[in-house]
Amino acid sequence: MTRILIIGATSAIAKATARRWASEGHELYLVGRDMDHLHEMAGDLRVRGAQSVQCAALDVNDFAQHAAVIDAAAGALGRLDVALIAHGTLGDQKACEHDFQAALQELNTNAISVISLLTHLSNRFEAQRHGSMVVLGSVAGDRGRQSNYVYGTAKSAVATFLQGMRNRLHKSGVQVLTIKPGFVDTPMTAAFDKKGPLWSSPDAIAKEILRGIAKRRDVVYAPWFWWGVMAIIRSIPERIFKRLSL
Amino acid sequence: MELHGWGRYPRQEAHVAEPLSKQQCMRAVSSALPLIARGKGRSYGDSALSPQVLSTRYLDQFHDFDPETGALSCAAGVSLDDILRTFVPRGWFLPVMPGTRFITVGGAIASDVHGKNHHRDGTFSAHVSSILILLGNGECVSASPSDKAELFYATCGGMGLTGVIVSAVLRLKAITASDILETRIKAPCLDAVIEAFDANAASAYSVAWIDCMARRTNLGRSILVMGEQCTEGPLVTQRAKALGIPAEMPSGLLNSTVAKMFNAAYYGRTRSDAQKSRKSFESFISPLDAITGWSSLYGRSGFLQYQFVLPKESGVYGLREILKQIGQSKLGAFLAVLKLFGDANASPLSFPMKGYSLAVDFKAEAATFELLEVLDGIVAAHGGRLYLAKDARMSEAMFKAGYPRWQEFEEVRARWHAHGKFMSTQSRRLGLA
Repeated sequence: MTRILIIGATSAIAKATARRWASEGHELYLVGRDMDHLHEMAGDLRVRGAQSVQCAALDVNDFAQHAAVIDAAAGALGRLDVALIAHGTLGDQKACEHDFQAALQELNTNAISVISLLTHLSNRFEAQRHGSMVVLGSVAGDRGRQSNYVYGTAKSAVATFLQGMRNRLHKSGVQVLTIKPGFVDTPMTAAFDKKGPLWSSPDAIAKEILRGIAKRRDVVYAPWFWWGVMAIIRSIPERIFKRLSL
Repeated sequence: MELHGWGRYPRQEAHVAEPLSKQQCMRAVSSALPLIARGKGRSYGDSALSPQVLSTRYLDQFHDFDPETGALSCAAGVSLDDILRTFVPRGWFLPVMPGTRFITVGGAIASDVHGKNHHRDGTFSAHVSSILILLGNGECVSASPSDKAELFYATCGGMGLTGVIVSAVLRLKAITASDILETRIKAPCLDAVIEAFDANAASAYSVAWIDCMARRTNLGRSILVMGEQCTEGPLVTQRAKALGIPAEMPSGLLNSTVAKMFNAAYYGRTRSDAQKSRKSFESFISPLDAITGWSSLYGRSGFLQYQFVLPKESGVYGLREILKQIGQSKLGAFLAVLKLFGDANASPLSFPMKGYSLAVDFKAEAATFELLEVLDGIVAAHGGRLYLAKDARMSEAMFKAGYPRWQEFEEVRARWHAHGKFMSTQSRRLGLA
């Protein structure tokens, strides 16, 4: 039985992953902003077979609370085997271009809060010499594009941070897994027209997350074909890329 | 976005709200425009179409399960597939399953769906203890057969027109094995299959595949398929490796010659003695689920599934007339499904009644609409009716003749603040306020 902390638990991908974990009978600790939503989700996960489910409220931008929430989770679960960080916002790029406060808010939510949480978690995992830290990144972090570069910057910063942390924790036997989903049909992407072969379901990503943990992978593109898509996009010379509207 | 039902006809531009919670549902309903709730979009015609649609896709949580009684409380957007994958391994089964697992609990209640066991176990709503309904005045109320009974019965089979079904409590059925023991009987003509239905009324599940292209002495030739729940064996669900239809196919593919050959081959390959075989419940109850998106086979123009029921007494005559009409038309009709229903229930718009139900698919084309007008006449003359969850075209008069309790339904809607709040393209066509 695995003891799992999920931060940003009500996000669609986290929810789908939690359902898979619940059906395997694990112990879950859910952290999110909306306590009503967390309680409803906890009820769902118990019916699905979770050994136990506990909840705690946290606004991830309240950095001062991070240590206390992680301590509480570890205390409640007894130990942490897996930590999944899944919160995020797909902000309004246009608003961020005109108002730095909006951009700062995006960067805080999607990058700084994650770095803060990882700092606390990594010390705990490094000391226990065991476990997996899993973070939801995005293919958007692989190359800056005009349509969402503030979001992409945050995801890119987290990816680089995770590379270094993976390097540091390797000798302690701790897995650091970066998940890079492509287009996922979730409430976060409600504004998009979601038809076409590039869109996948939260559950498809959840399946990749479980497989990535089981296989002790480092970076997982989800679904796998995004590795190829992003390899091509990364390889386009900047001289040409700057003229494109991807 | 453009929406359509499972039949891909008709299509309609719609604004779709995807609430994440009961509170967001309330907000959507309190907006001035009338709307209709939509689950997985598996009703065939226009019953989940409207300019304003409320999708229950994110209302997909289980709330509670009592392993003593099998009572499952869940949100309306939970799919039957999700219930089966979660509970079959623990020895619980859905008491009523329609021909597909990919529908929601809300949709199953709103269409009051039936399965191959209708003659024994009734419709889906017979196993629903209570429903939480979001009314047009923004109130959320619980209804059951003993509390606000008129609202409960109108909501079961009410096509989402009494309010938004938010959650429900179902009674699951305890099983000791998930497989089904299947028996097939070959019936060379209509009288033979009718007789076989009566002779096998005790079997748990029964349905007949009928060859609608067969004529003259072969008219009504069928394969009666019966099933019993196995008592020993594994408790498993199969995550079937689904065969996908990649895109809408050229619509000429399913023509009448292909239909004739296919039906003849299907009938021919079954041996004439009763043969028993063990089947997974999925392949017994919902064989077409193994082909995701099979409705695309009919091409972009889509198809109509015509499902009617005729009262048992005079039903055979009407059935024979209708089979003759279908056979004479040059329209291709693939495997059609014949079932002998049990008694009707207390819901004013519930489809099943004691008698024979036939479901046939036709490509959506001008000749089909003409044929179905003729068939409507026969159905009405024999006191039958059409299934609202399949309908995309029937007239207001046909509806009101087939569902004589429609006024009672409208009165209940009026008392529970549904008028002007809940409306589908179908409800407008059928002359419901």
